[in-house]
Amino acid sequence: MTYTMWIILTASLVGLSCGVIGVFLILRKQAMMADAISHTVLLGIVIAYMVTQQVSGTGMLIGGILAGILTAFLVQMLHSLKVQHDASLGIVFTTLFAVGVILISTSVGNVHLDVQHALMGEITFIPFTTVEIPLIGAVPKATALLTVVLILVIFFIIAFYKEWKITSFDPALAASLGIPVIFFHYLFMTLVSVTTVASFDAVGAILVVAMLITPAASAYLWTDKLMWMLILSGGFGVLSAVIGYWIATWLDTSISGSMAFATGCIFLFGFLLSPKHGLISRWVRPEAWKEEHVS
Amino acid sequence: MRSSIIQVDDLSASYQKNKVLSNVNFNVEEGTITAIVGPNGAGKSTLIKTMLGLHPQLTGTVRFWDTSFKIAKKKIGYVPQRGSVDWDFPTDALDVVTMGLYGKIGWFRFPSRKDKEKAMNALKKMGMESYAHRQISQLSGGQQQRVFLARALAQDAELYFMDEPLAGVDASTEKAIMAILKELKRKGKTVLVVHHDLQTVPEYFDHVLLLNKTVYAHGKTEEVFTKDNIATTYGGNMQWIGKGDQYVVHATSQ
Repeated sequence: MTYTMWIILTASLVGLSCGVIGVFLILRKQAMMADAISHTVLLGIVIAYMVTQQVSGTGMLIGGILAGILTAFLVQMLHSLKVQHDASLGIVFTTLFAVGVILISTSVGNVHLDVQHALMGEITFIPFTTVEIPLIGAVPKATALLTVVLILVIFFIIAFYKEWKITSFDPALAASLGIPVIFFHYLFMTLVSVTTVASFDAVGAILVVAMLITPAASAYLWTDKLMWMLILSGGFGVLSAVIGYWIATWLDTSISGSMAFATGCIFLFGFLLSPKHGLISRWVRPEAWKEEHVS
Repeated sequence: MRSSIIQVDDLSASYQKNKVLSNVNFNVEEGTITAIVGPNGAGKSTLIKTMLGLHPQLTGTVRFWDTSFKIAKKKIGYVPQRGSVDWDFPTDALDVVTMGLYGKIGWFRFPSRKDKEKAMNALKKMGMESYAHRQISQLSGGQQQRVFLARALAQDAELYFMDEPLAGVDASTEKAIMAILKELKRKGKTVLVVHHDLQTVPEYFDHVLLLNKTVYAHGKTEEVFTKDNIATTYGGNMQWIGKGDQYVVHATSQ
């Protein structure tokens, strides 16, 4: 495969995983949790590096996942201590991210870890680090990792599909039926962390946030069915990857940046043109829109 | 005397540091329909949430059929306040009703066709079958409340808790809901309803529990729902409308 194909494939895997996870982030009104976790994984990665003295590998993966869960846990704790939810999120993630930044510049020194890289990622270099996989051959490490993550995400979403649905829609009913709502909250945050950490090194924090939130928000505009929202959201993620790569080659600019831009364009397209929630249908058929929304 | 299926002893709970329930004691007999009535902020919703383990309790015990909630929960149905969920969620009425069955379906299984049929029958009972595949945000407030009721019916519980099912619904929905309550009673089910409209209490409920942070009175409606009891429960925050022995009061805002 060419480098171009590997890059697009890797970004598409990010788009699929993030798109599916993002649907539940939006429905659970935790979209900004994506922003928080995508930043705090930096702290986990730095600490993992300090412990293991290795740049890549399982240590960093575990460190990042733990940092993500820690973020979810601290936000929940501050909130239960009567700090407003959005405020506690802002406090936790900026503080943990700042600790990560300080540690990078003071304790880690001159290795392949810097803030610029953390935010923007560098997907161009993905094809250069490969692993041998039986039957398939040399596969970029990030691509292999993201494939495993995608399988994991899809497995958990399907296995607990009805639990995700009910704990997102009506947690009080779920709890009264004996479904462990808190457990699913943390399981979900773990999935968000796993997806974020795996995507992080490849595409950077900004594209992770864009891929987690925007395709799902776009899918929400086009359908009333949860299953379709998941499929559309994953599809929009892949589409953003392809369009983004094309924009990047055309303008000779950052690939991650272009892909994030593409997610925004897809959202804008839906926001204007979707038959149910679009601005234009609201303008063309104001009665139908009113009937649906004001009653 | 019939047996008590709920026993609440010395229950207390707080909300944001304010104690909203203290020393709550009462027993509920099988086959009764009880209205939980009290002024705003009396802790009516908190009471049922605490009984169902949805809100932490500070002291006390709650027993169902002489066992804990954990063991009894399969026989208990809960209808939350309509405003407690996001009605823009991408799902339809039938799907919401099917959610009532999720506890019984079990892990790693999807709802079967039989489950869907059960849900459809519950929707039919609420006169909502033609709205089964309607996106839930496109239902009126009353229709949304009927969907919630249908979901509780699908659960086929022995004991129901309903949080303000009649708040802000149209007259026909109120009628439909009351018909269902009567049917549940006929089948020997037990229902506790948080209710806000004092006027309709004697007509709709055979038992009443007057609550204002603690139980002021509890028992058969005709014995307990008196002007004096209501006045002490509401602590003067009300005005009487009408005259004589009519129990027509309106709680003034606090």
